[in-house]
Amino acid sequence: MNDLAPAAVKRAAVAPPMAIMMELTHRCPLKCPYCSNPLAMDRAREEMDTATWMRVISEAAALGALQGHFSGGEPMVRDDLAQLVQHAHREGLYTNLITSAVLLDQQKMHALAEAGLDHVQISFQGAESGIADHVAGLRNAHVKKLAAARLVRDAGLALTVNAVMHRQNLHQLPAMLDLAVEAGAQRIEVAHVQYYGWALKNRAALIPTRAQLDEATRIVDDARKRLEGVLNIDYVVPDYYASRPKSCMSGWARRFFNVTPSGKVLPCHAAETIGHLRFDTVQEKPLAEIWLHSEAFNAYRGTDWMPAPCKGCDRAEIDWGGCRCQALAITGDAGATDPACGLSPHHDMMLNLAVEESAAGSETFVYRMIS
Amino acid sequence: MILTEASVPRLPRHVRFRFDAARNCHVLLAPELVIMPDAIAVAILEAVDGAASVGGIADILAARYEAPRDAVLADCIEMLNDLAKKGMIAA
Ligand code: SF4
Ligand code: SF4
Repeated sequence: MNDLAPAAVKRAAVAPPMAIMMELTHRCPLKCPYCSNPLAMDRAREEMDTATWMRVISEAAALGALQGHFSGGEPMVRDDLAQLVQHAHREGLYTNLITSAVLLDQQKMHALAEAGLDHVQISFQGAESGIADHVAGLRNAHVKKLAAARLVRDAGLALTVNAVMHRQNLHQLPAMLDLAVEAGAQRIEVAHVQYYGWALKNRAALIPTRAQLDEATRIVDDARKRLEGVLNIDYVVPDYYASRPKSCMSGWARRFFNVTPSGKVLPCHAAETIGHLRFDTVQEKPLAEIWLHSEAFNAYRGTDWMPAPCKGCDRAEIDWGGCRCQALAITGDAGATDPACGLSPHHDMMLNLAVEESAAGSETFVYRMIS
Repeated sequence: MILTEASVPRLPRHVRFRFDAARNCHVLLAPELVIMPDAIAVAILEAVDGAASVGGIADILAARYEAPRDAVLADCIEMLNDLAKKGMIAA
């Protein structure tokens, strides 16, 4: 009985999740070379049906999730999107659609707004068609997005522009900020590509130089002052040049979880890159049980798992040791200190890799494909 | 936008305010943002109905809590302006 006590105590300390990320599908009309979907994507026939997603949404709400993010792939390829949004809304979730928006038209916007959708995040691959359509691998994508942004604003919903930045479009950052203001967005997320999945495959074509990054940071700092009260700017820097890691997912299994198209429950969308973890599915177990007891969730939850130099570090409960997937991608060990941290023995290796690849850099993308 | 005693505050379409049973507290929800307002803020937000003015809300709360109206009004203006700056209150 005695050795059960610590686990029970640990369990009692697990707070409810703040948000559920629903990857409704991996299908998408775009082919972004930094897509966060896994290299092995779920096929359409493996996707969960409407009734199962509705049950998952209800379980998430009962577990304490406050926000429901509908994502993909492109969630709008699902015919039942408005139905799922409505269900989430009725369950009290704050609903957010993360979309490329190329499939959004007046009729669909109306149905989603009626269903109770609160917030739309539209990704932009550049500030004008030339680069944007090249990165997306789809002609006319950019003009469709601009039209879609107008529909969102006209429907009275909150709009966020997701600007995914990398070496090939970073010079367009000022124009991206203008685009967000003109589109009537309240927020822009200026996110440098994070290198997992497809982006890791394309790192040499994407990673910015140190000088480019410093210039981007200066532009963001300026814009924050200039646009105070007009546009909220969230800024995610690439870790490669950082001295301390980002607080990845606000800590493993602390606030978020991700449900894949086929029903696997992950602590983070990239977690499947950690090959030795076993993920539970919503078909096998209730979400509450997965959140509290899943082996994958408890593997890196809290601070007990931490190695030196994280263990005892005064930032252990601030950055939670950084990103597990990045630790794996660079050091080969998902349980290592994130090499973005200057205290990691692998930090210099990662920095050199960024410096070399960004200087030598290829301009060729490997586009994502789904068969 | 700065709210005054005469302003009529309301929650914008994309902001939600509700009770959360899992945490046993009220939550204010906006894009990528969850705020857990304290008891005073909850009392003020409950009175925000798109019809009552800030002054009207102060009247109600001053009477309910038998508190000096000036102090209540000052609290209301400060809190609502704070939320307005974040885009979570419109008028
Ligand atoms: S040693 Fe670990 S906890 Fe400390 S700053 Fe680095 S990554 Fe964060
Ligand atoms: S730690 Fe990994 S698992 Fe977490 S967000 Fe980062 S990429 Fe994901």
